[in-house]
Amino acid sequence: MAVQWIKDVDAALADAKASKRPLLVDFSAAPA
Amino acid sequence: MPLEAHIKEHPAYFHRFDVLWTPTVLILDPSGAERRRLEGYLPNAEFRAELEMGLARVAFMQKQWGEAERRYAEIVKAYPAATVAPEALYWRQVSRYKATSDHAALSQAAVELKQNYPASVWTQKASVWLH
Repeated sequence: MAVQWIKDVDAALADAKASKRPLLVDFSAAPA
Repeated sequence: MPLEAHIKEHPAYFHRFDVLWTPTVLILDPSGAERRRLEGYLPNAEFRAELEMGLARVAFMQKQWGEAERRYAEIVKAYPAATVAPEALYWRQVSRYKATSDHAALSQAAVELKQNYPASVWTQKASVWLH
């Protein structure tokens, strides 16, 4: 199953806070 | 909840989270506080164990002692050869101690670490609990 990556950090932080779920942030420089 | 930040698309995110190298993976708690940082590539099992350590730390810092102990115990069981296994064992027993105030939990950590991971720094940290 493909991971549904979020691209907007503020939206992700807001969602994490609202849903009380932790957040994984992947910082990458690899070619898409 | 996964967030992807590519250096070409979101360079500001790198500065915001003090990321100076890739790959870097952060585990943040629901309030956005950083609970685990992984820098550089890892073999699959080591990477998964590190992610689990992050989630266990989230529970620990939220003072969810039972959940933290359960998560750390799963890491010790699932990844006994991983680099983080002795660290997980240490925090598993600290979580138990936090829940029970029973010093025997700390002594047990010292014994198990000495037996299973004699060269680990976590064994040294727990050595003060040996009586």
